[in-house]
Amino acid sequence: MQDLVAVSVKNLTYTYKVSSTSFSPNVLDNISFSVNKGDLLGVIGPNGAGKTTLFSCMLGLFKDYQGEVRIFGHDIRKNNNLILQSIGYIPQQKSIEQGFPATVQEIVSLGLIGKKNGSKEKVDSALEMVDLSGQNHRRIGELSGGQQQRVLIAKALVSEPKLLILDEPTTSVDVETQNKFYTLVKNLNLKNNLSIIWASHDLDAVNKIANKVMCLNRSMFFHGDTSEFFGSNELIRMYSESSMQLHMRSHSNQNMNLNSGYSQEEANGRHDEMKG
Amino acid sequence: MQRALLSGVVVAVTCSVVGLFLVLRRQSLFGDALSHAAFGGIAVGLFTNTYPIWTALLVSVLASLGVTKLRQSTKIPPDAAVAVMLSSGLAMGIVLIGLAGGFNLDLESFLFGSILLISMQDQLMILMLSTVVLLIIFKLYKQLMYITFNEDQARVSGINVTRLNYLFIGLASLAVISSLRLVGVLLISSLIVIPNITAMMFGKGFKKTAMISILIAVSSVLGGIVTSYFMNLAPGGTIVILSIAILLGSIGAKSLLQKIRIRNLANEPESLLKTP
Repeated sequence: MQDLVAVSVKNLTYTYKVSSTSFSPNVLDNISFSVNKGDLLGVIGPNGAGKTTLFSCMLGLFKDYQGEVRIFGHDIRKNNNLILQSIGYIPQQKSIEQGFPATVQEIVSLGLIGKKNGSKEKVDSALEMVDLSGQNHRRIGELSGGQQQRVLIAKALVSEPKLLILDEPTTSVDVETQNKFYTLVKNLNLKNNLSIIWASHDLDAVNKIANKVMCLNRSMFFHGDTSEFFGSNELIRMYSESSMQLHMRSHSNQNMNLNSGYSQEEANGRHDEMKG
Repeated sequence: MQRALLSGVVVAVTCSVVGLFLVLRRQSLFGDALSHAAFGGIAVGLFTNTYPIWTALLVSVLASLGVTKLRQSTKIPPDAAVAVMLSSGLAMGIVLIGLAGGFNLDLESFLFGSILLISMQDQLMILMLSTVVLLIIFKLYKQLMYITFNEDQARVSGINVTRLNYLFIGLASLAVISSLRLVGVLLISSLIVIPNITAMMFGKGFKKTAMISILIAVSSVLGGIVTSYFMNLAPGGTIVILSIAILLGSIGAKSLLQKIRIRNLANEPESLLKTP
């Protein structure tokens, strides 16, 4: 049974430290779920629901959490480098500076660092998978947002990962690019039997592509089959209500932070330090 | 003269290689801050009658590591941390100069550079420091490029970003110290920045950009030393003026090329229509 599980998260709780003596409310509150090999799990939730924080814990970027995260049976806090070799990660889209001089070939090759059998053929094949064949020598800064995103996917795929983690990868790309991306994700899942965890705000796309869905609202709201969630009007209504509540709570926290002299950035902000 | 030319070429290569990473990480002013910290170190050396380059090396390496730690463990913004390092080094130097009643020529040669008066000891120091810097960067080139591209993704690939950041800042200190004799404390950052921003206009690829930057830096240094020798000018200033001239010429050439390309594109439909 253990061999079938790609990711297992148990009682995960995470709190951002605001200062040496004070903490923000839990960003993740007692989250438990598992992802089987070959699953495509869509993670949905409003802004501030804890999706990126969850991924940061799963990727070993944050280590000061309570609970346990196991990837392919290994504790991410103990066997960090070994496990990271089997994960491909695509972060939230941030535009790449136009002046950045690296070529597509050089960026995709970064995914092969630490691999013994890195080769140009692997880079070509990864670029082919994302429909960017022949673009090897273009500067990444010259590409459109959608093409840059596909380069990042190729970089994640070139190391032949067993698990792909995608954090809202299509936020700032056009609808046509989004649709191409969804088809690509589905194909990777079906043809390569790749386990995929994908955070998205596009409920319609999650409904069509993912076989499992997890609704996050700082605590776990729902985890199960996509058909079960999207087939129940009651669940969708409850999810919308709880999202609205979180939105209101975030707003009131923001105002409190402003009144107390903390900016929202400071209140959220131990992010970079935690990684160090 | 031969000694000056050889040292100049070595320093030009080292500064442009280190500079490419600094410019792309938006740390262009870090070189300036390091050189001002080195100024404090030079004053310590002259005050204690020690070879000033060694004391400058010690002070700037400690200052750079200290500022990196300060940035990671507090919320001081990066540019403010750089300003703290810059003024601390300068303040230390001014206090020591006051205590010693001035150091006259020695200090001036470090402030404005004195490549034509370079000693054998200086040349050995330049060769040694530059070799260390270039060998380490050559060995860790891909990892450093990955961190420059995206720190989070580099971390997820198993790269120890924190350790490499400390190492790189230490190497940048060595590069700055090796160029003290060439252009002096006040002009070092130009040697780090200008060849790279010029190269970034033309380079397709990280490696090619680095090569173009090296070519520009070496041409500026050789041209500057020879011109200053025959026209009795200050070598440091002449080198920087020459590199600025190359930058301005490149901007002009690029803009002209773009105009020609646009004109050709605009004429293309007409020529197509005229074709029977």
